[in-house]
Amino acid sequence: MTDIANSTVPPVPPECKTTGVVTVPQPLITARGVNVFYGDKRALKDVSIDIANNQVLAMIGPSGCGKSTFLRCFNRMNDTIDGARVTGSLQLEGQDIYEKRQDVVQLRARIGMVFQKPNPFPKSIYDNVAYGPRIHGLAADRIELDEIVQTSLKRAGLWEEVKDRLAAPGTSLSGGQQQRLCIARTIAVNPEVILMDEPCSALDPIATARIEDLIDELRASYAIIIVTHSMQQAARVSQRTAYFHLGDLIEVGETDRIFTNPRHKLTEDYITGRFG
Amino acid sequence: MSKTVAQTRALVEKSLRRRRLAELRFQAYGIAAVSIGVLFVILLFGSIIAKGAPAFRQAYVTLDVFIDPEVLYPDGTVDTELLATADYVALVRGSLKQRFMDVEGRAATRQLVELVSGSAVQDLQALVQADPKRVGTHQMLTFLADDKVDQYLKGNITRSTPEVDRSLSDQQLDWVDALKASKALELRFNKVFFTHGDSREPEQAGVWGAVVGSLYTLGVTLLLSFPVAVATAIYLEEFARRNRWTDLIEVNINNLAAVPSIVYGLLGLAMFLNFFGMPRSAPLVGGLVLALLTLPTIIIASRAALKGVPPSIREAAIGMGASPIQTVLHHVLPLAMPGMLTGTIIGMARALGETAPLLMIGMVAFIVDVPGSLSSPATVLPVQVFLWADSPERAFVERTSGAILVLLAFLVLMNATAVILRNRFERRW
Repeated sequence: MTDIANSTVPPVPPECKTTGVVTVPQPLITARGVNVFYGDKRALKDVSIDIANNQVLAMIGPSGCGKSTFLRCFNRMNDTIDGARVTGSLQLEGQDIYEKRQDVVQLRARIGMVFQKPNPFPKSIYDNVAYGPRIHGLAADRIELDEIVQTSLKRAGLWEEVKDRLAAPGTSLSGGQQQRLCIARTIAVNPEVILMDEPCSALDPIATARIEDLIDELRASYAIIIVTHSMQQAARVSQRTAYFHLGDLIEVGETDRIFTNPRHKLTEDYITGRFG
Repeated sequence: MSKTVAQTRALVEKSLRRRRLAELRFQAYGIAAVSIGVLFVILLFGSIIAKGAPAFRQAYVTLDVFIDPEVLYPDGTVDTELLATADYVALVRGSLKQRFMDVEGRAATRQLVELVSGSAVQDLQALVQADPKRVGTHQMLTFLADDKVDQYLKGNITRSTPEVDRSLSDQQLDWVDALKASKALELRFNKVFFTHGDSREPEQAGVWGAVVGSLYTLGVTLLLSFPVAVATAIYLEEFARRNRWTDLIEVNINNLAAVPSIVYGLLGLAMFLNFFGMPRSAPLVGGLVLALLTLPTIIIASRAALKGVPPSIREAAIGMGASPIQTVLHHVLPLAMPGMLTGTIIGMARALGETAPLLMIGMVAFIVDVPGSLSSPATVLPVQVFLWADSPERAFVERTSGAILVLLAFLVLMNATAVILRNRFERRW
């Protein structure tokens, strides 16, 4: 977290309400008035937004704006941080994500996540992809498991490159391949939502382009939420964009509209490169 | 005031020389420090090996023994029952007198018999009792020579040593020389040292009892401390919430690692012996005490190993929907295992060399028998070293160093195991 007092990011005017349309017809996830506290610090302030199916939502904003924090609310990754507290309502198909009875294991099987730095397990390529189906008991036998692994790798566009060395360690792949392996691992459990936390920030432009193409293909089957530092990337891969600023959700809208005709002053200043 | 390029370059050149010198000086200090360390290691090992190596050889005397029926069956009746109580010393004496015909008088004869270890009598008895048909035959038998003869053969006692200091008379030395000249007396591999327990007679004393005692003790220590320490480390590192209690536990574990080992001995004495009434001098109790001693070490090493696992692996597992225990067992533990094993072996090596706490629970007793169970009286290698270092006989000097060599061999073996295990479990990420 950057120290906000010393950053060059301008403050949010008081009584700020999100500009643009936060709702969508038939939302998969609805977030209403979500706050996140790290100890006494309020990292996210009253964020409300809907997530649509078969669509990519890009979350952009300067460092420390709360976009990653918000992303980690969806699969309750914030639970693992001591002193983190989430208030408000987050519902996945009408079911409260933060309800006591909600099992996080089940939740994370429905909402997969791809991280900033490719983090394959120090196991074989096969075992990396097979891990999710194994722990969730998705394959009845070895044949079915083989099938899941193959389909997942194919959908992640990695099959042709690794089909002859499935037993090789996942860490022996290049950075871009590792990230696609992580995506294959995530889709192997057939989730409904995929969260991506700056998935390309550790990759070169060619690997980035491949991942972006992949995201576009995966959109047909999943709801995808991607956090990115690159506005070009947001413009390329997403249909909706949300701009966060110091913990506030400033503006939400169709990506084309946000980048061509931002309504809020802060959004405009950010995408035109005045700060950030 | 700005300098020209030439001026700047000249200044940089000048500073370069100073920096290079500083670097060389620092390297020299480093090399000197390393050399001193290496020198002391060489001195230590050199002196121990030089002193201890002779302990692996021992003087044996080969005699032609006539198993005289007149001695074994004095009444003339052949009764194998009598073999249990017969006068075997007389047989040894007879054999030696046969060799040295000119020896007469009780005193001289006793001196002659002193050249052979007391174990010769037991060996002979065992041999005859095993097969009574040997009575009446001549046998070429090899016995342990007395420790003083052994020392003379190894040159630790010479004729120039004053007679009072060497406990061998000139007459005895003459006999020894005669036996040596006829190849009846020679140095051989000291099997007794590696197969027997402790003894008051140096030539009959061995480290095997202590080795077995050490193995039993360390076995108990390992079985107890490894699972407990790993479970503790995993719980504290992966599951426990940070609060005042966990902080308190952490501080206490760190403090326990620094507690002098004899304090653990006192604890063991008070708790295991006096309160629970466990047997004295037993490997079981020794193992319990050493387990308490090694627990903090292994916990600290295991926690460090767990901390060293990259958080990205945990995140990946949690993100995939693995439960906390699955995350730990499938991903974190395999990566932390090399570090945990290294810590464990370091802890075990410390336990192997530990003497003080075992003195408190009675493992310092003089124990001849090789321990047969976890509750039978035993001693351990470092305590054996301590006991022998305290013994007045000259022959125990080299046996002390010999026992240290065995102890060091164990340590090297354990460290090698640690390296092998670490390499086997090591995985890159």
